[in-house]
Amino acid sequence: MRRAATWLLAALPLAAHAGDPGWARLPGGTFESVLRYEDARRGVRVAPFELMRTPVTNAQFLDFVRRNPQWRRDRAPRLFVEPRYLSHWKAAATIGPPARPEQPVTWVSWFAADAYCAAQGARLPTWNEWEYAAAADETRRDARDDPAWRERILTWYSRPSNTALPRAGLQAPNAWGVQDLHGLVWEWTDDASALLVDADNRKQGDADDTRFCGAGALSMDDRGNYAVLMRVAMLSSLAARDATAHMGFRCARTVVR
Amino acid sequence: MKHPAMKVLPIALAGLVGLSACGGDTTTDQADAPRAASDGDTGGSAKGDFGPPQGQPVKAVLTQPPLVPPATGRKAPAKVIVELDVVEKDMAISEGVTYTFWTFGGTVPGSFIRVRQGDTVEFHLRNMPDSKMPHNIDLHGVTGPGGGAASSFTAPGHSSRFTFKALNAGLYVYHCATAPVGMHVANGMYGLILVEPPEGMPPVSREYYVMQGDFYTTGKYREKGLQPFDMQKAIDENPTYVLFNSAEGSMTGDKALSAKVGETVRLYVGNGGPNLVSSFHVIGEIFDKVWFAGGTRFQENVQTTLIPAGGAAIMDFHLEVPGSYVLVDHSIFRAFNKGALAILKADGPENKAIYSGKEVDYVYLGDRAQPNMQAVAKAAESASTGELTLQQQVDAGKALFAGTCSTCHQAEGQGMPGVFPPLAASDYIAADAKALPRVILHGLQGRVLVNGKDYNSVMPPMAQLTDDEVANISTYVLNSWGNPGGRISKADAAAIRAQAPANAAGGE
Repeated sequence: MRRAATWLLAALPLAAHAGDPGWARLPGGTFESVLRYEDARRGVRVAPFELMRTPVTNAQFLDFVRRNPQWRRDRAPRLFVEPRYLSHWKAAATIGPPARPEQPVTWVSWFAADAYCAAQGARLPTWNEWEYAAAADETRRDARDDPAWRERILTWYSRPSNTALPRAGLQAPNAWGVQDLHGLVWEWTDDASALLVDADNRKQGDADDTRFCGAGALSMDDRGNYAVLMRVAMLSSLAARDATAHMGFRCARTVVR
Repeated sequence: MKHPAMKVLPIALAGLVGLSACGGDTTTDQADAPRAASDGDTGGSAKGDFGPPQGQPVKAVLTQPPLVPPATGRKAPAKVIVELDVVEKDMAISEGVTYTFWTFGGTVPGSFIRVRQGDTVEFHLRNMPDSKMPHNIDLHGVTGPGGGAASSFTAPGHSSRFTFKALNAGLYVYHCATAPVGMHVANGMYGLILVEPPEGMPPVSREYYVMQGDFYTTGKYREKGLQPFDMQKAIDENPTYVLFNSAEGSMTGDKALSAKVGETVRLYVGNGGPNLVSSFHVIGEIFDKVWFAGGTRFQENVQTTLIPAGGAAIMDFHLEVPGSYVLVDHSIFRAFNKGALAILKADGPENKAIYSGKEVDYVYLGDRAQPNMQAVAKAAESASTGELTLQQQVDAGKALFAGTCSTCHQAEGQGMPGVFPPLAASDYIAADAKALPRVILHGLQGRVLVNGKDYNSVMPPMAQLTDDEVANISTYVLNSWGNPGGRISKADAAAIRAQAPANAAGGE
């Protein structure tokens, strides 16, 4: 029985490899989130979706900017992008050097990432989709209980971002066939701005009343999972027009049955 | 353009450390505010507002440990601007061991901030663009919810500003309070802010800044290379290192704190934690005063003072006798096995009336080591009849070494890095066997190079040892732990006793 289940685990991702080579298909299902949802005590439903296997690269984003010049760094409205938007590029429509085409694109705001995905007929993944995909390691669909796996992720989070980014797609694919969810760049999620941590992270059970009223409160179900805490802290420290040296993104799309 | 709000999921992230309200629990009842302060009562925050800031804003002088900014010298409340950078960087935590620290101002502990009670502090927290993490700051000297944490939550490449009035005098810890709080603190995000009382602190000759912290690495103590943070060890409160100013050897050897006999030294000591409480002690000194808990009152004549995680204390002591004073956490395995050790070196003339040194050690040796002293007696007897063998000398020297020398140089002659040079496999000894009796008899001070490492401290002369004993100890060391062998005779010792070298330590 157990062996059969293991076999099934290994076989499922293979099925997802069919179709568009740049995209992995994830079956979805009930996902035990680290965050405690009052309306989903038994886990969050994740519908089947597809996710880009690698984060969007400078080259891909340049292609988007050329087709949509309103998103050039010298034209994009300041309401949607902060002044450092694409500031690591040599010019408004030239990547580098020192930036390289195959590196993941960074210095992009949430608005720019959202527009990129929309232009591909896609969208940013939701927080839960992203976490569902990122719970997998190379062999397991949910490796979150493995201390060694957690330590690997934390080690990357604890390093400053002062070295050149490797190119996208260098790391081994996870069990879903998705690469670089950890260890390369932070990634925007569609509902990033709804991850409302009170800026003083220590108040237990207090919702951020100053930004949202009547909202319910969520808290952590797994306090040992520091990596998730750090992703929440990172996303919640940014406004949607902000960009940083290591915040990138990838797109998702809903599977129409 | 579509709106970013999807399903609204406000999250109050449970902080991983149950810190209570920091510095801010002042429920000032306005009706009660003018109440006269009772005997010796400062009145706390209710009496700490001296009105609006006067004059031009002042930029705060920030110092890196172990230095402390000069006294503010102000008589009126000022507006003080503090600009603190958050920097994530690799630094040495021990020799050959590096760790990725998250810092306030590029050092651990972070820059020392000094203001005066009643000052209005305009705080700028700047998170460097190449930081991986968002950060914030909670200053225990702030009156207000979160101690500034919510107002200073800052993404990489951003800067935040908030302003507070320093209503309570005292020495306060500041730290990062971004989730996961424990990890941010464990990575070194803490420092001290001194809020001087209106009259200032009593003047002293020297002030130093020392802060203890516990560190958790995946590798073992002194395992070389870049060592990542170990979350499980941190949760288990089982540190790999317990350190002053975040590195082994941060204040030993060339970097030892210095002072002169006749001076009064003040230490501002904090404990960043994240977990351990410090039993702070200076070996060989008694604190004349301790402002315990970093508050307003001082206790006098204290040996060891408790400094809780997230707490601080101020201590003064007057130096009468020269020598090396060792700062330790007197939970003593931390000092000798996890690194919680620093040196304050006092220079100046000996004062034998206050401290003569050797007698006590001599008597103690006789009392505790009686059975082993048979070897010494045997050697002495053989020496007198002219039949002393090498083995007898080694046996006698071994017993004497265990009593007198091993305290510092350790039982296997391995010494203590940065403090006491090794005697085992020592190139210093190999180069000159006579160095052994010479240093035993005359002591040694100043820089020496042993096995490629610099040592710069003082070994007192052990002239109370007889020529026989010096010869036996030297011979034991020469024939142990990979040293080249050889023999020092009683006559050698007598000849060396008669001539003091230039680098002898003080004393006879």
